Amino acid sequence: MISGVWSCQDNSRPNYQFFPNMYEPVGYEAYGEYEVFPNSQEALLPVKGTIARGYSLYDYDNTNEGYDAALKALKSPLSDNEIDTKRGKELYDIYCGICHGGKGAGQGKLVKREKILGVPSYADRPITQGSIYHVIYYGKNAMGSYANLLNEEERWQVTAYVEALRAELLK
Amino acid sequence: MEIVSKFKNQHSPIVDMKQENSQHPQIKLVFFGILLFSFLFTPLHAQEADPVKGKALFNANCAACHQLDKKMTGPALRYVETRLSEDEGLDREWLYGWIRNSAAVIKSGDTYANKIYNEYNGAAMTAFPQLSDEDLDNILAYTAQDKPAPVVAATSGAAQVNSEGGSGLSKDIILGALAILFALLALGLFLVNKTLRRFAAANGVEVQEAIKRPSLWKAYVKNQFLLLVTAIFFLLSSAYFVYGYFMQIGIDQGYQPIQPIHYSHKIHAGDNGIDCKYCHSSARVSKHSGIPSLNVCMNCHKSIYEVAPSTATEEYSKEFYDAEIQKLYDAVGWDDEAQQYTGKTKPVKWVRIHNLPDFAYFNHSQHVSVAGLECQTCHGPVEEMEIMYQHSPLTMGWCINCHRETNVKVEDNGYYEKIHEALSKKYGVDKLTAAQMGGLECGKCHY
Repeated sequence: MISGVWSCQDNSRPNYQFFPNMYEPVGYEAYGEYEVFPNSQEALLPVKGTIARGYSLYDYDNTNEGYDAALKALKSPLSDNEIDTKRGKELYDIYCGICHGGKGAGQGKLVKREKILGVPSYADRPITQGSIYHVIYYGKNAMGSYANLLNEEERWQVTAYVEALRAELLK
Repeated sequence: MEIVSKFKNQHSPIVDMKQENSQHPQIKLVFFGILLFSFLFTPLHAQEADPVKGKALFNANCAACHQLDKKMTGPALRYVETRLSEDEGLDREWLYGWIRNSAAVIKSGDTYANKIYNEYNGAAMTAFPQLSDEDLDNILAYTAQDKPAPVVAATSGAAQVNSEGGSGLSKDIILGALAILFALLALGLFLVNKTLRRFAAANGVEVQEAIKRPSLWKAYVKNQFLLLVTAIFFLLSSAYFVYGYFMQIGIDQGYQPIQPIHYSHKIHAGDNGIDCKYCHSSARVSKHSGIPSLNVCMNCHKSIYEVAPSTATEEYSKEFYDAEIQKLYDAVGWDDEAQQYTGKTKPVKWVRIHNLPDFAYFNHSQHVSVAGLECQTCHGPVEEMEIMYQHSPLTMGWCINCHRETNVKVEDNGYYEKIHEALSKKYGVDKLTAAQMGGLECGKCHY
């Protein structure tokens, strides 16, 4: 009998709950499915023309001209003592290092395993802090945008760390 | 040496003719043989372009945007030189100029340059002034190579199916055989018994019935002590099982739902070593460890449109995994042929696995960023999970236990300096656990 009960356990469906109305939220939960939303999808992009608190606008377009303009004109708002190399490295290792490699030479684990090819070394490209930030924001060619993974301040921290790596490579 | 140079001179016409005559298999075969022959001898010549070196250069410089047989950010490049010279009348010099500085070629008003630039939505090709003529020749030699014949993957696939089916089948066969054997034995016993009785009847032997004794059952019912003990035993054991059953209600440890896309944490986090926070980035900064939006998948899967043959396992074939990547493309609306988004998206309805009751508050960033815990502490060996499941019970007792045992990391954390000093004096300990810092307060999680 015990084995009978045991064998009925099905891991592909959730268990019973006591008093589900204490377990299930009344409000909308993140990633929930509710009819009021388009596609019943609670996870939505910000409404067009609005901007979230604590965020700011980015003035450069996702075009070649925008890239050139950012390359020349865009400067980091971080002062020298605001640059947190430790955090920059942490974030770089999570989001960038997997392709660009820990040293920025384009030899990340995915490149070494030949999953993604053609990742250039930072030393081989004429990049500035403006263009680095621009590419993190919009992506470029095969690289996607990281604007939704890193907030503005974090993007500048990573930019500073990439610049440091590039300086190290060019030595 | 003479032979080699002879072949070398013939080299490029052969490539052209081969293309034109591809409808004559025999001629093609002969030419292919000669071509292969010439390739075999090429390394002997120092000045001859080396496709092997070209491959390395191609992978390092070009492969971010180009593949040989598939349109990516830029066009497919197999036989690019032949194609350009035949279709557009452009020579190698033009290619040199284009690769070293495509922007200048476009500016000069070159028709084909502008056409290709516009065809690829104005994606500017990076200039490669650092590549020498020799480098470029090597790369072009690599692109001029014929596509290798597909390695016989079908046989391994078939073998795989066989071995897979074999293990399941043999188990069934063994079980079936055992069942038949038992049935035969029972039948045999019955027949033997029947025959013996018939013999006994025929021979006039009377089968002695057992001497009448009060049956065991009746004796048992009459013994009240035994009855009492049995009743107590049954009550206790059923109470034990009922308690056990009630205690596991609402606990989903081991819950392993079937997800809409077969996403393997083992391949991504294990084999490829992608950090958990790459996809679940909001675990650093928010209550939720977010489910990545599909653009995060496309960061890599824009380039990775199929799995490597080595990724396939006995259980899951390459075709299976490729179909799962296609599911991603369908959901995010990516047309892999045209290399652009169609705009037709549909949400992927992931099934939530870890789900705390609404009356308990849990914050990921507090544990991931502040406490610096590894994700595996609670989620188990995710990097080994082909199919994700819930590793921990997520009960209150489990939370409390960890808070009692885990020391708070106070080093280099100015926020904790004062409170740590005061509390360590109060408790007379060097290191504080999360519980001693107030990690057992009801209001921390229930409010």
